[in-house]
Order: sequence, then C-alpha cells, then structure tokens
Amino acid sequence: MMTRLIFCLLLCCMLQPAQAHKPSDSYLSLDVQGERITGQWDIALRDLDYAIGLDSDDDGKLTWDEIRNRHAAIAAYALEHLRLSSEAGDCRVTPEQQLIDDHTDGAYNVLRFHASCPQPLQTLAISYRLFADLDPQHKGLLRLTHNGLTSTAIFEPAHARQALPLLAPDRWQQFIAYVKDGVWHIWIGYDHILFLLSLLLPAVLLAAPANNLRGAFIDVLKVVTAFTLAHSLTLTLASLSVITLPSRLVESAIAFSVVLAAINNLYPLFRGRRPWAAFGFGLIHGFGFASVLIDLGLPQGALMASLFGFNLGVEVGQLCIVAVFLPTAFFLRHSWFYRRLLTVGSAMIALVATVWFVQRAFDVQAQWIGL
Amino acid sequence: MRPPWSWGHMMQKPFFALAYAIVAIVAVAVSAVTFEAQAAPHIPANGQQVVETVPRRGDPVQQELRRLRSQLNANPGDVALATSVARRFIALGRSETDPRYLGYAQAALQPWWQQAAPPPEVRLLRATLLQSTHQFTPALADLKAVLVAEPRNTQAWLTLATVQTVQGDYADATASCAHVSGLSIDLLAITCIANVGAITGKARQSEQLLDLTLERSANVPEELQVWAMTLLAEMAQRRGAAAIAETRYRQALKLAPRDSYLQGAYADLLLEQNRNAEVLTLLRDESRIDALLLRRALALQQAGQQQALQADVRELSARYAAAAQRGDTVHQREQARFELMLRKDSAAALALARKNWAVQKETADIRIYLQAAVKARDPAAAKPVIDWVASHHTEDLLTAQLVRQLQAGT
Repeated sequence: MMTRLIFCLLLCCMLQPAQAHKPSDSYLSLDVQGERITGQWDIALRDLDYAIGLDSDDDGKLTWDEIRNRHAAIAAYALEHLRLSSEAGDCRVTPEQQLIDDHTDGAYNVLRFHASCPQPLQTLAISYRLFADLDPQHKGLLRLTHNGLTSTAIFEPAHARQALPLLAPDRWQQFIAYVKDGVWHIWIGYDHILFLLSLLLPAVLLAAPANNLRGAFIDVLKVVTAFTLAHSLTLTLASLSVITLPSRLVESAIAFSVVLAAINNLYPLFRGRRPWAAFGFGLIHGFGFASVLIDLGLPQGALMASLFGFNLGVEVGQLCIVAVFLPTAFFLRHSWFYRRLLTVGSAMIALVATVWFVQRAFDVQAQWIGL
Repeated sequence: MRPPWSWGHMMQKPFFALAYAIVAIVAVAVSAVTFEAQAAPHIPANGQQVVETVPRRGDPVQQELRRLRSQLNANPGDVALATSVARRFIALGRSETDPRYLGYAQAALQPWWQQAAPPPEVRLLRATLLQSTHQFTPALADLKAVLVAEPRNTQAWLTLATVQTVQGDYADATASCAHVSGLSIDLLAITCIANVGAITGKARQSEQLLDLTLERSANVPEELQVWAMTLLAEMAQRRGAAAIAETRYRQALKLAPRDSYLQGAYADLLLEQNRNAEVLTLLRDESRIDALLLRRALALQQAGQQQALQADVRELSARYAAAAQRGDTVHQREQARFELMLRKDSAAALALARKNWAVQKETADIRIYLQAAVKARDPAAAKPVIDWVASHHTEDLLTAQLVRQLQAGT
C-alpha cells in the first residue's frame, strides 16, 4: 500500500500539466527595503515572442538556446515598459539573472532585477506599460512586499500608473506575521520535521526505569530543548550576519543530518547521546531557518522583534508536532507497526534524505536521477 | 461502490491512522523533491530543450495577420484596415477559443477605443469584444448607437439580440430578431427568434419552425447551419429527446469539429447518459480550453479514474485562481459547476451561481443555480430563479425536476 501510494504521487507529479488558453498576464513581485527594490518579473514567452520575436528558426518551438540568445533584448524590452520611482525621482533598474518558470498557460521568462532609488521609499510610483500597444487586455499582477507585509495591485491600460503608499506597519501585526511565517516554515520544512521525528522515534522505547510516559517525556524534552537552543543560537547569529555560511553547504548538511538521524534508528550511532546530536545538528538547521528569514526580509526598525517572532513561530510549530507525536507514539510503542516504523520508516526517511543530499550537494535536478 | 478504505475504518485502528500520516509526510516530501524542480524558476537542463511552443510565423494565417499588422502600424488611422485586422483576430480567437487574440483585436482598434462615438464599424467590433468579457452594459450602449446610425446593420441586430437573450430581456430580444427578418435570409431571423421562443414557453413550436426552416434552406453559410443545428440539438436535449439531440450534435460537429461550445454541449449530453468514455475521446486534445477540461474532469469522475481526475481538478483550481487574480469573472458558471460536482462544496457553488445569475440567465445558468441550491439544501436561495422559471415558462426537463425537488423540500 505504501509503495503504491508513493508511486501514485510520483506519477501525478510527472504528468505534464496541460496549458490553458487565457488572457495575457505578467506576474511582478517587488520587495522594498529602504531605497532598494528586489524584483522578479514573470512574462509569458508566448507574449514576448509576439512582441519581439524569440523563435529564430521559426519552427514554432522555443528552445532554451533561442531564449537565452535573446536575454538582453528581453530585459531591455521589459524594463523599457516599467518605471519605478520614489518622490525624489526614478529608481535605477539593473537586470540580473533570467530563468524559466511555468504558469497555468505555459512557460514564462523569469527576469530578476534590482533597483536603487534616490531615497528610502515612502511611496512607490509604478508606471506599467508592457504590451499596452499590442494587447490592451494584458494585465500586470503586482505582489509588493515591504517589511514582511504583502499587498497586491493590478495594472492595465486604464490603470497604468499607480502610486502605492508604503505605510509603516502595525508593530503587533508585523510581529504576528513573523510568528506565522515561523510556524508555516517548520510545517512545510519536511527536512526539519523528518530530522526531529527520526530523533524522537526511540524516545518511547527506552530501557527501564525510563520505560514509561514520564521517561519518554523527559527524553523528548531533552532532545527538543537541545535542538531549540542550538538552532535559536545560529538563527540569531546568521540573521544578524555575524556568521554566514554558503547555502549549498547548509542545505546539504541539513539533508545529511536527516540521513544520520534516520540511520541511527537502524544502527545506533548516537546511543545515549541523541540530545547532543540534536544540539550539534540543530546548529546547522538554524542556518537553514535563517536563510528563510533573510529571504522574507528583516525590517530595519523591528529587527529583534521580527527575529524573536520568527523563532517563536518555529518553536510553536515544532511543539505542535511533538504534542501530536508523543502521545500517539507512546500509545503505539509496543505495536508491530511501531517497530516497522522504526525500521522501514527510518530506512525510507534515510533514502529520501539521501536524495536531498545528492541534489543539494551536487546541484542535481530531480529528473536526472529518475524522480 | 465502497471505497477500499474510509476514515471510519482508520479511526478504529489508530495505528493505521499514524501509518497513513507518516506515509503521507514521506510521500509529500518525495513529491516535493520532484515538484521543486518543476514549479520553481529554473534553468532548463540544456540548450536544445524545448521550453514552449508558439504560433509558427510561417503559418499562412499568422503570416497574413503579420502583413496586415505591419500595414496598420504604418497607417494606424486607417479604419477599413483596422477593422479588417480586428475581425480576423476575433475570428481566430473564436476558432481557437483563445482570448489573447481578442486582446490583439482590441489593439487594432486602439485609436478609437476610448472615443465616445467611434465610427459604427469600429463600434460594432468594440461591442463584440466588450460582450466577450461580459461587459454587457457598455456593449448594449454601443450596439444601440450603431443601430441609430445604421438601422439596417444585420450583424448589430443579431449581436444585440444575443446579448439581450443572455441577459433574459426576451421582449427586446424578440424585437431585435424581428428587425433581422427583413434584412437577411429567413434562416438567420428564424434562428434568432426560435432561440428566444424556445425558452419563453414556445419550445415545441420554435423547434419545429427552426427544423423546417433549416431543412428548406439551401446554400446557407456553414456557420449559420452550425448555429441552427446546435440550437436544435439543445432544444431536443431540454425536452428529453436524447437520440434526436445526439443526431443533431453529430451533424453539427461534422461541419465544425473544433467548435468548443458545440463540443461542450455534446459532452454534456454524453455525461447525462454516463457515456464518459466517449467524452474522454471527444475531448482528448482540448485540455487548453477550461470549459472542456471541466467536462473531461467530470467524465474522469464518472469513470472513477481518481488519479487523472485529481490532476485535472488541481489544474482547474490553478486556472480559476489565475483568473481570479486578474479579476476575471467570465468563468463563474463553469466554476460553480466545478465547486459543486468536483469539489463537493455546495456553499461555494451556490455563491458563484448567484453572482453568475446577476449577469446571465440562460438555461445552463438556471440549472447550475438550482442544482447548487438542492445540494446546499437551501430552497429559499433558489426563489428568484424558481420565480423566473415560472414567469417566463422555461421548458427544461432537468429544471422542472430540480424545481420539484426544491419545492418538496420547503
């Protein structure tokens, strides 16, 4: 049943999504920090082809080479039709990397850029005229983030110029937003969950005199506290840029920690020292959390509050998982199933984490290894 | 059919519950690995990888359009050229069911688009484009203005009648159709009138009249034949004559195999008869069109093909979300059906059907509204539609059945 379910899931992922016919849209994301804007602009390749011609051999198929050769033209054309300005004047926009992404109606060119404005932004004025002459039904869908708060706007020829006020956010709301982000990140961070669960699985199977709920609770408490202390420490240091590590190293090490934690259930590596393992690897996981927080952006005015909020969110999310895990595991600890979970389950976790490790350490795309 | 497992069964054996939970986490994690590589900005594996397909420039239709567009660019104020370009793009948009071409058509009309009173030929096209995005009020204003200037403009009367019918303004629609009768061949006026008559208490006579007129009309344009046959098929379907409806749909499809409205209507007939395998064959290559993807998903649901169904449901959700993000509401009828039949969320379906009802009032709009009200056990919500059906003498077997169900429930 287990293999069948996983097989089904894999198959679903491999089905090529059908592409819709829909009116033309572009997706513009802007993140404002002080006088600096980081942007990403997803524009449909089909629209770009209609506007400036990308299909150089005219076979109706756009290859990556054909697109890549036109990167300079794409960036110039797109940025010509977008103006960002502060009260003190226009911001200078510099294109960065260009990639590919899929939306419901096909493949899009992803243009990343940054802009520097003459002064820190109070109001961001945007003039959007992309494809206005070719397709007046085209819309630009903006997602603007500032100090962790997100707002949206729709640009179309009738609303081509909009001034978006960047209000100082409500401090409490901002704090709560970071707590939520923290909770959310641990819940969708499968690597962190699998690491923690792998370390906790043996907690309900201790030898006497700790073979009771109290013993299990104390053991879980030790592991979780060690993990929390460690990752809070590195999360703080990395967020404040006291220490920085390359993300490839951090992400690979996190995957490796999951492999070790899972193997430990098959062949004891840490023995009685699981809390120490939790502490040691927790240091690495903290760097992983920090990269998420840095991506979210730390507001200048509320640095410590946001950091604390995010950390608190991570802990709350983690405690929720433990609160479900401990009683369930304790209840099931003598079952055939739990023994299987400890062996087969850990083996599977180790396998998945190995895949992650290979992907992250050697920068391998999932398709290459048949997944 | 009983599913191989159920929540109740799982709850009896808690460790199965945990087993499923762990399997689910691992499986999601594994799928996240594959998903990451596909749904995030990435660099294709190699330079030869085909990233997207686009209309070929060498294609004769595209070539002709490009030639006309460059002429127009040199001469943007040329009304005759601009309307010819716009008409071609509108035709292409219809035949491909691809709204991007409607945007290109609008671009050709750009110099006049914001004017209060553009030349009638531009204004008629503007009305056509406006009604395609359900902006009925400005579309009606344009059509009426065109008809003041050109009272013998057949196309304007027909488009006006269509918008009036969709909005449920049957008296004015009939009057608009009457204007067509002196201006063009019989079949055109009769199709227009029968379309209104069929939903205002004269279903049988309208069907007979249209059938007879179609039979006697030789050498009429194919498009008109397809329109008449589609209406005839729908009329037969509404009164429960499935075999006759099927023959007519098939005849029409022979003339216009890629007409997406026709394909959708025929698919609905097949779905009513649980002939899901035929729907899947019919719509095999049509998943780009949302309305047809919806029918494919409904067929997969009937066929019990869970895996493919879930993929289509996800895809449809993503497309409706993308439409909502740009503020589009043209999908409400279909989306209500999606919520009701595929997501089993009758409250959401009813809310959408209600919004849709404020805009359009065709038989399909009546059906989905009543179906949603039945599933939501909310007969009170259906009252405006039930009153509408009674006062306009809507004749449709399914509608009558739904009304009875709702009235029995009160």
